[in-house]
This record gives sequence, C-alpha cells and structure tokens, in this order.
Amino acid sequence: MSQETNYIRKDSRMMMKDINQKLPDFKVNSARIARRVKLNNFLRHIFSLSTLFAIMVLAILLYRIGADSIGWLNTGFLTRNLSIFPEKAGIYGAIIGSVLLMLIVIPITTVLGVSTAIYLEEYATKGKIQDFIKINISNLASVPSVIFGLLGLAVFGRMLNLGSSILAGGLTMSLLVLPIVVVASQEAIRAVPGFLREASYAMGADRWTTVRKIVLPVALPGILTGSILAMSRAIGETAPLVVLGIPTLILKIPSSIMDDFTALPIQIYYWTLDTVLTPEYANLAAATIVVLLAVLFILNSVAIIIRNKFQKRF
Amino acid sequence: MDGRTKIRQMIQENIANKKNTTDKIMPRFFFLMAFVSVATTFGIIATLVTDAYKFFSVVPLSEVFSTRLAPLNANPSFGILPLITGTVMTTLIAMMVAVPVGLTAAIFLSQFASDKMRKILKPIMEVLAGIPTIVYGFFAYSFVTPMLMRIIPSLGAKNALSPGIVMGIMIIPLVASLSEDAMNSVPEIMREGALGLGSTKLEVTFKVVIPAAISGIMASIVLAVSRAIGETMIVTIASGSSKAFTLDITQSMQTMTAYIVEFTSGDAASGTTGYYSLYAVGLLLFVFTMGINLIAQHISKKYREEY
Amino acid sequence: MTNAISNNDDIVYDVRNLNLWYGDDQALKNINLEIEKNKVTAIIGPSGCGKSTFIKTMNRMIENIPIVRTTGEILYHGQNIFDKSVRVEELRTKVGMVFQKPNPFPKSIFENVVYGPRIHGIKDKALLMEIAETSLKSAALWDEVKDRLSDNAYGLSGGQQQRLCIARCLAVQPDVILMDEPTSALDPIATFKIEELIDSLKRDYTISIVTHSMQQAARISDKTAFFLMGELIEFDRTSVVFANPADKRTEDYITGRFG
Repeated sequence: MSQETNYIRKDSRMMMKDINQKLPDFKVNSARIARRVKLNNFLRHIFSLSTLFAIMVLAILLYRIGADSIGWLNTGFLTRNLSIFPEKAGIYGAIIGSVLLMLIVIPITTVLGVSTAIYLEEYATKGKIQDFIKINISNLASVPSVIFGLLGLAVFGRMLNLGSSILAGGLTMSLLVLPIVVVASQEAIRAVPGFLREASYAMGADRWTTVRKIVLPVALPGILTGSILAMSRAIGETAPLVVLGIPTLILKIPSSIMDDFTALPIQIYYWTLDTVLTPEYANLAAATIVVLLAVLFILNSVAIIIRNKFQKRF
Repeated sequence: MDGRTKIRQMIQENIANKKNTTDKIMPRFFFLMAFVSVATTFGIIATLVTDAYKFFSVVPLSEVFSTRLAPLNANPSFGILPLITGTVMTTLIAMMVAVPVGLTAAIFLSQFASDKMRKILKPIMEVLAGIPTIVYGFFAYSFVTPMLMRIIPSLGAKNALSPGIVMGIMIIPLVASLSEDAMNSVPEIMREGALGLGSTKLEVTFKVVIPAAISGIMASIVLAVSRAIGETMIVTIASGSSKAFTLDITQSMQTMTAYIVEFTSGDAASGTTGYYSLYAVGLLLFVFTMGINLIAQHISKKYREEY
Repeated sequence: MTNAISNNDDIVYDVRNLNLWYGDDQALKNINLEIEKNKVTAIIGPSGCGKSTFIKTMNRMIENIPIVRTTGEILYHGQNIFDKSVRVEELRTKVGMVFQKPNPFPKSIFENVVYGPRIHGIKDKALLMEIAETSLKSAALWDEVKDRLSDNAYGLSGGQQQRLCIARCLAVQPDVILMDEPTSALDPIATFKIEELIDSLKRDYTISIVTHSMQQAARISDKTAFFLMGELIEFDRTSVVFANPADKRTEDYITGRFG
C-alpha cells in the first residue's frame, strides 16, 4: 500500500512541477485593473446620460406645452365651439367628435379583436390557417397609419359612400388599432391556466361554455387593458383622419354617426400649421394638447390600475 | 337517495336533449371575425394596387423617376425622387439620433442600472413612446425649429433637420426597449461566466452580451427605420411641402407620407391623376415598410434560434 | 399478465385491447381489464408507466392532446366510448374526474359546486342550493364551509380545495369517479381525510384511483392494477397483489426494488 502511495505522491509532485513550470509568470497588474474599472465607471455615466437625455426632452416638451397653454386653457375653452377667431375658439366640438369617434371604435375593435384572439387561442388547430392569421395581424401592426387612411378613403369614404362621417373615421380607426386588441387579448387568454379549462371539460362542458364561463372572465382584465391601450392610440391618431378628409373647422356639433365631425388631434394639426400667421394658434394648439395628454394620462392610469388590481396570479 | 336520482335524471335528460348548436356556430363566428384582419390586408393591397395601376398606366416611368414633382401645375409632372430623398433624409437624421441614444440607454438599463432605477426609468421611456405624433409635430415646429434657427441662421422655417431630430427622439424608446429585450435574453450564465473571471460590466457588455444579442439589436434598428419611414404628422408639420429635389436638410422637403396627407387635405378630386398618384406613393410606401419589416422578422428569427 | 374476473359483480368498464400512441410513441400496449361497480380500483406503477394516460382515456380527456391516437375499445356499461355516436360531454357527466393539483375555479365555493348542474340546465335556485348542500356533505366539507359559501374558493386550504373539487364532481351525480393522484399535493392529514372520504363514497360510486403511493393503494383499494412501461402487468384483488403477486415484476415494484 505504501509503495503505491509513494508512486502516486511522486507522480503528483512531478505533475505539480510541470504545471508550475508551464504557466508563465502571471502577476496581477493592479494598475491595469484600475484603468479598466475607471473606463467602466466613466462610460457607465455616459450611458446613463442617454437615458437622462430622453427624460430631459420629455420634461422640456411637457414644460413648453404647458407654458404655451397657460391662460388659454380654461372651462370656457372646453365648452366653447370652434371658431376662426382665436379668442372665441373652444374645442367643445372637437371633444364631442372625439368622444363619438371612440364610441364607434371601441365596440367594433373590441368585438373583432377579442373574437380573433378567441379563435386563435381556443379554436384554431395548429397549422397554416392559424399562422396565416397571425402573420396578418403582425403585418397590419406595422403598416403606416397613412395607408389605413388611404384604405378608409377608398373603401369607407368612396365605395360605401360614408364620406368623412364619424362612421367612416370610426371604421378606419378600428382596423388601425385592431392588432393592439388582438395581441393583448391573446396574451390574456393564454395566461388562463390549463388546469382551469381541464376542470371544466372534465365536467362535461363544451368548448364555448368553457370559454364563456371560465376563460373569458379570468382573461377580462387583460382584455380591458388591451381595449384601453387601443383607445389611447386611436384618440391621438391624426394621419388617417386627415386623409379621410375630416375637416379642421366645423361649426355644427355632430349628433349622429353619419355627421361630419372634427377631432382633437385634427384641431391640433390645424392650429399648428397656421401659427406663423396667427401666433395665438400656438396657444390654442398647446391647450388642446394638454387636454389630449390629460385624457391619455387618465386612460393609461386606469389601465395600470386594472392590471395591478384585477390580474389574478396563479 | 331519491333526491339524488332525480337530479341525475334531470341532468341526463338535459344533456341528452341538448342541441349542439352554439358549439358549432361559435367557432365559425370567431373565424369570420378573425378573417377581418386578413380581409383588411387584402383590402389595403387591392386598393393600393388598383389605383396605383391607374396612375402608372397614365404616367410614364421616365417621369416617375424624374426629379420634377409638380402635381398641381398646369403642366404637371409626377417625379417621385424628391419625395424619396425627403423620406430618406429625414429617416437618416432620425436614425442618427435614435440609434446611439437608444442603444446606450438600453445598455444602461439592462446592464448597469439597479432595479430601483429601472423601475423609475422604464415607465418614463414608455411615456415618451405613448405621446401622439401630432404632439411631437407641434413640438418640432414651435420649439425645436426656432431653437435650431438660433444656432443655424440659414435654417428655413420648414426644414428636414428639425422633424428628423424629433422623429429620432420619438423612436428612442422603440430602439431602447427592443434592444434591451434582446440583451436581457442573453442567458445570465454567459454574463456570470465573464464576470466571474474578473471582467468589468463594460467588458461583459461589449464582449459578451452585445455580440450575443446582435441580431435582436439589428432587428430593432430595422424596425425603427420602418417606423421613421411611415411617420407622417411630424414631417408634415415641420418639414413642409416643398417638392424641390434637394439634399439640403436646412430647407423644406416633402416625404412620401406628407405628400399623401397634403393632397388629401386639399382638393383631391377623385379620378384625377393627382388622386391616383396618392395611391402610387402609398403603394411604394407600403412595399418599403413591408419589405423592411420582413427583413426585421428574418433577422430576429435568426436570433431566436440560437438559444 | 393475470386478470381475475369476479363473477356476479356488475362490470362498469370493460377495456379491450386498448392501445394508445402519442404521435409515434406507444404509451399503452394492449390493455385489457374490467372495473367493477362500487369498488375502489387502484392503478399503480412507476413514473411514466402510463397510469395517468390510462385514466385520462377513461373519460376521453386524453383527446385534448391533438397527437393522441387509440385503437381498441373501452366499453362503458356495454357501449364503446369511442363510438361516433357517443357525445363526450355526456360521458363526462357520468364519469367524473378529480385531478392531482386541486383546481377550483376562481369563483365562490357555491358557484364551484353548482358549476356542473348549471351548465347542464338546472336553473332553479332552491334546487341548486340543495345540490350544493348534498354534495358538500358527501365530500365531508359542508360543516367547514356552510357559513361562507359565497367566499372565494381560493381562500380554502389545499385539502379543503380538493374536497371542494370532489364535491363539484359529485354535484352532477356521476356513476364513476376517476382520481388522478388526488392526494399527492396534500399534507398527511388532508390525505387521511380524503382517503376516509373515498372509503365512504364507494358505497354509492365506482372509484378508480391512480396513485404513486403503494401504501395508499393497499389502504383503500379493493382491486389493484399494476402498470409498467405501458403494459398491464397484473390486475387482481389488492390483498392478492400486495401479499402474493403472481408476476415477478409486480413483486419487485412492491418490494421497492425499482420505481
């Protein structure tokens, strides 16, 4: 036994000698390390500046718009009707127009979007049709909004002869924001755990009953969030409305979906274009922007509250 | 015992009599709804192609590729090159702002920032992304342009530089969040391996994380280009409608998107060549953005496969 | 493979030459057995032997996986459940299932129990209340929840949730109750309560239980089936299988030599 150990010890001693011989003299160069760490910290600060730059721009933007709107944003502004004369102008008509527009967009896009999501997640068999629809949705999401305007103009405006009515605008916008609802609803439905569906099927429920009674109620907060996000997008979109021919100045408050209308973003556009000739228009535009941003802020806060409060974690 | 069998009977009767109508109708209904998205795509392509065709059958290609764009002139010309240079220049400027800032912000957020910092900074970035483009348009025209005019005296009131910069700012969150996602998907093990050997975070970022996430980062840049090309309101307001063929970014230029908007808000009488030119430009725009998005998808597919 | 057929007892399930594939992998090989009425039949075997697959085939839940393919017959009271004329929803009202991890719906305790009756057309509130009370009593849960029926089911402990799932299953008055490792996610006390429950339920129901615990099988079952790698190795009275197994593989598993 001891002879063996002697051999082993000898071998390992020999190996150790070899190893020590083969490794070059490696002394840790602390000066070099200090340099590397300094570079790290320096660039770290540079990188953080980028993030700060973005935040700073946001702050400047909000400040400038807020400053321009002071004095012009008051209850009179919100309740007066549109007018060429800046002192007399208010955005009441535009607010009504935007509200009516949303009243069309939300139901249409929610029904279409949730149905598409239900189809993709609950009914479609894995295969070409499902992939095809999914690709379509993601393609639609990246089409520029102007092109939706062209589509709306040709199909809703001219072919269906809806002109520049609220209905035409609403239908166009619904298609534009459809992918948002589909993706959010898909995620919400997918997040419903499989074991809940299993329990329902095991009791003899058919697919639609399971979707209706188990899946959709659990997915509801996510679906709502998606609708709110879609609404946020639709409220601020300008290009499709301009292409559709939505006027920038109307004197009559719209009362039906076939009426002509104007919307908040169009007002901002109109006033911004003419600020050189009528400087007060800049203030009107800024005031309208404040209203628009306030609405968006409220919408997104509601979405966040819904997400945090009602989203069940399994 | 008796109550039980009564219930059992009731249930069995109900289920025996149940007609499976809703279970058969609902899938068809949902499929139809889902098909609307497909119909929309076809609608877009059909609309663009049919009306663009009417344009191209009247206007010779030699004119289309010329540099003279004067749609409302008594002797109209529909050269599309001014619009293309307008789009390209504004997009380039936007990329020069969005890519460096977006990437470095992404590096900071994903590799250096603490969780607390991230919790505050990310939502702020998302706010930037959620601001409607018309607001950015106002900002460009009424704040950025005057400010730039003080630095560059020869800057026109309508120019390509100001909207280019503001577009870039608008796109920063897109580049930042997509690149950050790409960098975050690099397995933690790879980072830890390098850190364990004594690398600084900087070295890990540039030698391990970025090379691993490079396709995702490239995909984000490509998507940002697509976004910039399709952007309308900022350039319409701040870059104006000059149809001169020029590369001078201190002067007004019109992009493809602005052309479409300008024409439809004026008098675009249906049936005129001018009206059809909108759809021709629209078709071009659609083809560009679709093509770029396909490239982005292809790139990001490559990156997904590697893990 | 031994298969002792009892005389004089009603046969609820008659499985004949059942084969099942997940795509190209065969998970069940030529299974033949009979489930007797009002008895507890345990299905044991090492991980991956096919016992879960088998029990999920009995109420055709396995079909939710698209690549599954079967041959052979499963006769439920004489009728092949794979027949085109059989509506799977109807089968599942007669054959209920309790899962490994308790899975109550995110609804109130009451709504959970009456889910089955409701979706099968019972609307009368008084009747639903009666059903709820009876089912919860049969599941030995009534006393613990009778004052808080409108509370959310997720507030219950794991063992209570599982008993709620059993009550939910009982509410449609099934004939057979299939249980897929119902106590493996529960603590010993909860497990004991459920085993007691199974013992009292077998008077009125036929119970088939998959279990990875041989001790549990020995405690509560009347007959035991031993599965190994997709095959039914042995199926006999529990007392026989555990004391005097006919097949050496059964003996090896029981004595802990593998699995």
